[in-house]
Amino acid sequence: MAKKKFVVGCFDDEEVLFPAVSKVRKAGYKIHDVYTPFAVHGLDHALGLRETSLHTAGFIYGITGTSTALGCISWILAKDWPLNFGGKPHFALPAWIPITFELTVLFAAVGMVLTFCYLCQMAPFVKKHHFHARATDDLFVMVIECTEKTNAEDLKSFLASNGAVETDIQVAEEGWWLGRYDQDELPFENKQTVAA
Amino acid sequence: MASIREQFEIPGKMKTWSLALIGVGLAAFAIGLFTKGFSSDEHEQAHFWGTLMYNTIFWTLVCNASMFFICVTTLAMGGWQQSFRRIPEAISTMVPIFGSITFVVLIYVVVSDKHFIYHWLDTEAVAKDPILSGKSGFLNAKFFIIWTTLAIGLWSLLGWRMRQISKEADEEAMDHETGARFILRNTVRAALFTVWFGLTVGSTIPWLWMMSIDAHWYSTMYSWYTFASSFVSGMSLIALWVIYLKNKGYLEYTNQEHLQDIGKFMFAFSIFWTYLWFSQFMLIWYANIPEETVYFKHRVQGPYKGIFFLNLIINFICPLLILMKRSAKRNYTMVTFMAVLILFGHWIDFYQMVMGSLSKDHVTLGWLDFGILSLFVGLMILFVGRSLASKPLIVKHHPFLKESIIHQV
Repeated sequence: MAKKKFVVGCFDDEEVLFPAVSKVRKAGYKIHDVYTPFAVHGLDHALGLRETSLHTAGFIYGITGTSTALGCISWILAKDWPLNFGGKPHFALPAWIPITFELTVLFAAVGMVLTFCYLCQMAPFVKKHHFHARATDDLFVMVIECTEKTNAEDLKSFLASNGAVETDIQVAEEGWWLGRYDQDELPFENKQTVAA
Repeated sequence: MASIREQFEIPGKMKTWSLALIGVGLAAFAIGLFTKGFSSDEHEQAHFWGTLMYNTIFWTLVCNASMFFICVTTLAMGGWQQSFRRIPEAISTMVPIFGSITFVVLIYVVVSDKHFIYHWLDTEAVAKDPILSGKSGFLNAKFFIIWTTLAIGLWSLLGWRMRQISKEADEEAMDHETGARFILRNTVRAALFTVWFGLTVGSTIPWLWMMSIDAHWYSTMYSWYTFASSFVSGMSLIALWVIYLKNKGYLEYTNQEHLQDIGKFMFAFSIFWTYLWFSQFMLIWYANIPEETVYFKHRVQGPYKGIFFLNLIINFICPLLILMKRSAKRNYTMVTFMAVLILFGHWIDFYQMVMGSLSKDHVTLGWLDFGILSLFVGLMILFVGRSLASKPLIVKHHPFLKESIIHQV
């Protein structure tokens, strides 16, 4: 993963955040992400994010579960080792539906959770840079990726003029890396100090 | 905000169509009455009265489901349905009308002692039959008449009270205190309706009206199955009316976000219906006890095989695969198509629930069924249109209306 330079602007109100997002986008800056303490309705539209494909993945996992269950049970009970259960036919579909249903749900649920964690880059023993600790409490943190052409100081004042209560320039890992928050030191230079 | 068209005006076309449908229906009813209803042959009579029974019961329960929808969303403090709540309200005004038709049909069947429909009416047979005499405290003419009267009467009354309180939101803006009291009063009335709904549609009424046709057989899941069937059809009917009014340029506050939530109800309750269908079927299939399989024998292996599995395809496979996608639930054409399909599917379901027991040897589906269906569809369009036109389409001062306007899924 590459280290990149980011400009961080913190907002303390949704109503300030939304116009700021659209102004920043209109000015041509690339918003890396906006970190919020809670799910903000409509922010994905304002950011111009595409619809997630997580459901499609979930459907595929579900179908995989269905076919695994039906394939397994029918091969075992109708071909490999046919047994007579209460005079029912060997291919006793109604009796298999509950298991098929359970496996569909299991595959879909576990698969979607893992995919979600992968997409959000969350896993045990894995770390990700936090741009501002108060994004988990009361600040809406907008992170803008810098290119060679970006004048970071200009961008900072642009954010401040659009209502950012706090602005900051950070050079940080954009992806995830192996490590633990409770044991390791943060591997980047400008360690962020959290106000008490 | 641009001006809102609050008042629905009945288009001439709608009136013509509904009257034409009613005309066709009345003709079918009259022909059926003279050729079958007054026939001396019990099969013919069972055919005619059975057809009337499942149609009246289906449409009463479907229209009642929309009042149930308002009540449960009220109890859940839902705000999203306020922008179109006048539509389920208007549909629920059909409960007294369809309810009284159901009442007349059922009471006639019971009073005229048609024991080829309700076997438990035959007092001599019941006296000799240990199973039926065991059930006679519940399955007897007196209890049937009293409970049917109470059920239809209280659905109408409690639903009417729910609609009355909704009128207050038209009059004047409410401050915080009046608004809170208004919501509380709504909640109390909705709770009363829901409790009575649970005691009737959720349990006793389907046992009494339809399950008792197979007097010896019983299934505790039957009522929930019927409820799921009628609720998913009720949601489809609401969706159809919402889309119709949207097409006519009304309901400016209602948009795809609301449609998606209605679509979710149609999707979810189709799955719920299937869950009950399967639970009822699988346990009986697995245990394979003759007194239980008697209900499914001629449906799964007899002449009703086609309808029985068609039912499952229309009501489960189609909603599952088509309504699963978000874009399908937000597409007006797709929701219209699915709503019509689901309504038809559950009508067929009610058909096989009643006629599958009355005419075990051959499927009777024919002109009489579609004729009576057109009578009910016509009545529904005519009267729902009228009651939509009688009130503003927007509950202007409802405290939760704003929540509905900004609703986002």
